[in-house]
Amino acid sequence: MSKANLLDRREVVAALLANRKDVVAIGGLGASTNDISAAGDHERNFYLWGGMGGAAMIGLGLALAQPKLPVLVITGDGEMLMGMGSLATIGLQKPANLSIVVLDNERYGETGGQTSHTSAAADLVGVAKACGIEDSRTISTMAEVKAFAASLQDVSAGPRFANVKIDSAELDRILPTRDGTYILNRLRGDLGFPPI
Amino acid sequence: MSAHPATASDWPEEIFSTLKRFDVRQVPYVPDAGHSNLIERVLASSTMRGIPLTTEEEGVALLAGAWAGGQRGVLLMQSSGVGNCINMLSLVPILRFPFLTLVTMRGEWGEFNPWQVPMGSTTQGVFELSGVHVLRASHAAEVPAVLEAAAAQAYNALTPTAVLLSQRLIGAKVFTK
Repeated sequence: MSKANLLDRREVVAALLANRKDVVAIGGLGASTNDISAAGDHERNFYLWGGMGGAAMIGLGLALAQPKLPVLVITGDGEMLMGMGSLATIGLQKPANLSIVVLDNERYGETGGQTSHTSAAADLVGVAKACGIEDSRTISTMAEVKAFAASLQDVSAGPRFANVKIDSAELDRILPTRDGTYILNRLRGDLGFPPI
Repeated sequence: MSAHPATASDWPEEIFSTLKRFDVRQVPYVPDAGHSNLIERVLASSTMRGIPLTTEEEGVALLAGAWAGGQRGVLLMQSSGVGNCINMLSLVPILRFPFLTLVTMRGEWGEFNPWQVPMGSTTQGVFELSGVHVLRASHAAEVPAVLEAAAAQAYNALTPTAVLLSQRLIGAKVFTK
């Protein structure tokens, strides 16, 4: 299926994080975590290099623990498909401060570009909506990305889900630190939690 | 729920009060009959949030996020769910967050359903291969001490810990009378 006017993933993520203020950004395994890194390292970036399918649930745990903190999960279609049940779990809890953005290139980009289920059949926006995440939308323009980025700051109106159809071009990997303990403790420190 | 005092045979109440004392706030679970009293207690609690999951590995990831946000949690599941968690358990040593799970056992001690036996037989081995320390409670009287030790080492020493609640403790599921 050929698609015109697909968005550039780096531009999308840069726009989501440009005026992030207190936002914690969780990057799902794969190119999404690199996109967050490319937008600039930050104490509140939570880069995942594994745990495929777990990004949205990490976001839920954090959002429930800190209900006034805007929490943004940025992940890929393959990672979201693996954790699709978590959309039902999130739809049940309805954390108002949690937002999920799927960068959907319809590919498993890290493993050779094999097509994913979203290329032909699976509709993640439909899934999210059917799981009880009422504010679920498809985004296809940068203006919509910017409007969504501004809405992240409202921690009383979520959960939100957005599927952004992006170009499947492979980009240079901008690798973040892969020391998980450092990443987690740096985030905890920035939120004011001391080491044990 | 009535606030009746816990007795040696009221082990779910003992578990609940220990978790409360350790300031556990998030309680993800996939239901099991053996956990039903504890789940009811959690859902009625004002300090703990019970979070039903669609599959157990969601709970591992949730506990990592909870800790990032300053909260402790505990994952409730039955032995068949332990296999579902294997890859997600890699988050525990990598992120080094407190991990405690309470597992009701199937596939042992008078089991009726043969389909429960393979996973029940490998539950302890799966945990140990995944770096999770295993404690077991087989009798109601030992539940409080085992829970206390498990919570202390998980939350104070960041020792990933699973407590296996034996089928001998919870009673084999009755399919036919």
